[in-house]
Amino acid sequence: MPPAIEFRDVSFTTPQGRALLDRISFAVEEGTSIALLGRSGSGKTTLLRTVNRMVEPTSGDVLVNGRSVRDLDLIELRRGIGYVIQETGLFPHLTVERNAAMVPEISGKPRHASRKHGHELLSAVGLDPATFAKRYPHQLSGGQRQRVGLARALAAQPPILLMDEPFGALDPLTRAEMQDMLRALLKRLEKTVLLVTHDLDEALYLSVRIVLLDQGHVIANVAASEFLTSTQPEVEEYVRACRRGEMAHEGDVP
Amino acid sequence: MSSQFLSQYGGQIFQLTLEHLWLTGAAMLFATAISIPLGVWLTRAPRFAEPVIAVANILQTIPSLALFGLLLPLPWLGERAARIAIVALTAYALLPILRNTYAGIRGIDPSVIEVAHALGLTGTQRLFKVELPLAASFIFAGLRTATVTCVGVATIAAAVGAGGLGELIFRGVASVDNRLVLAGAIPAALLALIADGVLGIFERWLRVKGK
Repeated sequence: MPPAIEFRDVSFTTPQGRALLDRISFAVEEGTSIALLGRSGSGKTTLLRTVNRMVEPTSGDVLVNGRSVRDLDLIELRRGIGYVIQETGLFPHLTVERNAAMVPEISGKPRHASRKHGHELLSAVGLDPATFAKRYPHQLSGGQRQRVGLARALAAQPPILLMDEPFGALDPLTRAEMQDMLRALLKRLEKTVLLVTHDLDEALYLSVRIVLLDQGHVIANVAASEFLTSTQPEVEEYVRACRRGEMAHEGDVP
Repeated sequence: MSSQFLSQYGGQIFQLTLEHLWLTGAAMLFATAISIPLGVWLTRAPRFAEPVIAVANILQTIPSLALFGLLLPLPWLGERAARIAIVALTAYALLPILRNTYAGIRGIDPSVIEVAHALGLTGTQRLFKVELPLAASFIFAGLRTATVTCVGVATIAAAVGAGGLGELIFRGVASVDNRLVLAGAIPAALLALIADGVLGIFERWLRVKGK
């Protein structure tokens, strides 16, 4: 069985000549989640966006279930991939239930069916439809908005989920709740997930592999369980940068 | 204004108000039918936005009396004064609607547009389900400005014989009769105020909270 997502020598250069991705190759097996870590500007988001063709690679190829995304119908491809971003991008003029059921709605499902489906999804992400279905995004907290964003991404039952710093704007406690909810959901739904994050803890908690990017290159691709103990210098540096607080009190930082 | 004046001119005032409404309404219909699609197209081809909006801008800077005069010798247009008036008024109404349609759509939160793409909305779905509803109050603000401008400029149309409330004003000026001037100016001002108020209600009603 082909991997759910495969990057083959993917490069992307801006029209101004800046190389954001440089011959990136790796695969994401079906039903697993991979976290992309790295500095801002290392190419994580750009790489993520090549999967649903929000970015077209300048060379190389991205395969979804063994087929090049270029050969797939753009609209069908996108409807079959969940997409969650930090800013949520909820439609401010639509109620929570219509936001959640947008993909069924645009795919031509009858309105009451997509609404029912929307309610199920809201329950799945921990929002009681009776309370929240008729609210508008501006009436929700940051965490609730992110839950609606996730419900909307799951609406078409996509096998693949792309998440770009989904919980980056949330406070640590809300973030932890969201991570618990997502972890439980992913275990149940067996999605293939590509997760961009700056939070090492989140990467370890939610993914089985971690890919570390730097200046458009993959500099490490390790199992999450081995990331903290890796002796690869780049990985050690990243881990050190994330855990300075802890280390300061252990006396490891001079 | 005496009751004698009203009984003498009331019918005419009513008649000319209807004419005024017809000129303005027709021009607004044309201007809307041109400007909204054009504005939407400019959001898809933004490199044309600047030159096209500049042209609409220039149209608006032509003094209205001059524009009516310039259109007068044109073959089909010159035959009927109302045609000239409607074309000129349409030209004035273009800019506010065009500019607000373009700016209203371009001003939508980029993350909302990004997600609309990523969810797989087609171009048409994006336009009707996301962009137009979110830009609607902005577009209405443009319609409102354009309507008020048109109601005002339409009084000048009487100078080329297109009728409307301007006719009373011009006649009043020529015969040094302030009552006639006011008989044209007051209904024209009321029309502008009513249009402004009604469209303002729509504009507020369409405003999206928390955008």
